[in-house]
Amino acid sequence: MQGFAVGCLLYGNLMSENNQNIGENLKQLPLGDWHRSLGARMVPFAGYEMPVQFEGVMAEHLWTRTEAGLFDVSHMGQLNLSGESAAEALEAIVPGNISALKPGKVRYTLLLAKDGGILDDLMVTNTGRNLYLVVNGATKYDDIAYMREQLPDSVTVDHAEDQPLLALQGPKAAQALNKLGIEPREPGWPVPSDLYFMEAGPFIWNGVPVGITRAGYTGEDGFEISIGAEHVEAFANALVALEEVRPIGLGARDSLRLEAGLPLYGHDMTPDVLPVEANLNFALSKARREEGNFAGADRVLAQYPDKAETKRVGLFVDGRQPAREGADIVSEDGTVIGKITSGGFSPTLQRPIAMAYVPMELSETGTAITVQQRKKQITCTVADMPFVPHNYHRKPKI
Amino acid sequence: MSRYFTEEHEWVDVEGDTATVGITDYAQEQLGDIVFVETPDVGAELSQGDDAAVVESVKAASDVYAAVSGEVVEVNDALEDEPALVNSSAEEDGWFFRLTLTDKDELTDLMDEKAYKAFVDDL
Repeated sequence: MQGFAVGCLLYGNLMSENNQNIGENLKQLPLGDWHRSLGARMVPFAGYEMPVQFEGVMAEHLWTRTEAGLFDVSHMGQLNLSGESAAEALEAIVPGNISALKPGKVRYTLLLAKDGGILDDLMVTNTGRNLYLVVNGATKYDDIAYMREQLPDSVTVDHAEDQPLLALQGPKAAQALNKLGIEPREPGWPVPSDLYFMEAGPFIWNGVPVGITRAGYTGEDGFEISIGAEHVEAFANALVALEEVRPIGLGARDSLRLEAGLPLYGHDMTPDVLPVEANLNFALSKARREEGNFAGADRVLAQYPDKAETKRVGLFVDGRQPAREGADIVSEDGTVIGKITSGGFSPTLQRPIAMAYVPMELSETGTAITVQQRKKQITCTVADMPFVPHNYHRKPKI
Repeated sequence: MSRYFTEEHEWVDVEGDTATVGITDYAQEQLGDIVFVETPDVGAELSQGDDAAVVESVKAASDVYAAVSGEVVEVNDALEDEPALVNSSAEEDGWFFRLTLTDKDELTDLMDEKAYKAFVDDL
């Protein structure tokens, strides 16, 4: 149950963070003061002080769905893997077909433990020179340690620790980015708006090198932009000066990704969960399934494609009250048979939605599910994800 | 009519034996967009400190405790269709419930407006 007293929420969660924790153990991001100057409420997240909201979660969420939102995701880990056969080496601990990834292409994959449990989810880009990885902020140091331990000495794992990462997301993201006069860094590469979803390239803005991928975590078209710390404020200012761009906090980032059906590491995926249970079959590429040589492949593939006992599903929640993370899924006799792992109110649909792990036999779309939250039972229905259609700029299929 | 405040950011209006309870403007501002309010049942007997209501924002659920003991005599039905009333009018139209006080001495534990303002300024 995620029930806080108003008092607890204010002191234990928001206020104490503002008063005590902030400034002590929390690290500051390069744009920290910039967020504050724009009226952000700052909270601790993944060890950093980060903006949870500016004008309000609802308004920021809807702005991103219709215009373009600028997110600071500099807490995430940006890693560069280099060395001979880095892609093949990485395949020992991820189930994606990384060695087949062409320069300029991006792939979503999973970092797997020896037993196949999910240690993290990540994006891998082939830059043409090396592999560029974006991993979760809360797990990045563990990821790096695991990679250094598992990968051969010929592969170098370099952490771009102080490099900011911004995400520009929304139907007007490409239009906005086009106004900044960004050019290819090398001959033969496209401009940012020529990229398709899950493509990347090296660019120059104002004489400054920037790395851009056309990807994100909102379900919208958009970009992630890696830029040097000394230039990030000028770049962010240039973006928010545009009428279609507003700064967006972590609160809306969470509600946007939930609507998009995208799982959040540490909540909807944990080391106790295998990829098939997490409903991430698409991350197990055909070639890698056939090779069966990634960490935990025996356990992972034994469940493929639908032989797991539980499965992550989407839920429409009846009524107006959200079902929250941690609430139990119960059978008719009250036995706990599953759990809500993410739950909130969908600003787009104006109704509560959730993600949950349920027994496989209850995972069909349309199945009625009962959630026990505090003393109350809430009825839910298994729903297709994404809850709100993705709006990616995909390469046309020929 | 006197208005009292709690450290849990509730306000209590007292008129005779009847108290009207809501959350403060400061609290709604901290919670953000409110999407659901679960009010207690009419007739419920609440003791000071009991869970009385739940207020849900996009992100999180928060319990509202009974600031004073009493029997719930009325709840704000308008919140069912328009929970955002708590954002737009926390200390007027966004009230949560009314109860008949069982122990008026409990009011002495609460703050007046000036003390609450000082309390919030200190946070």
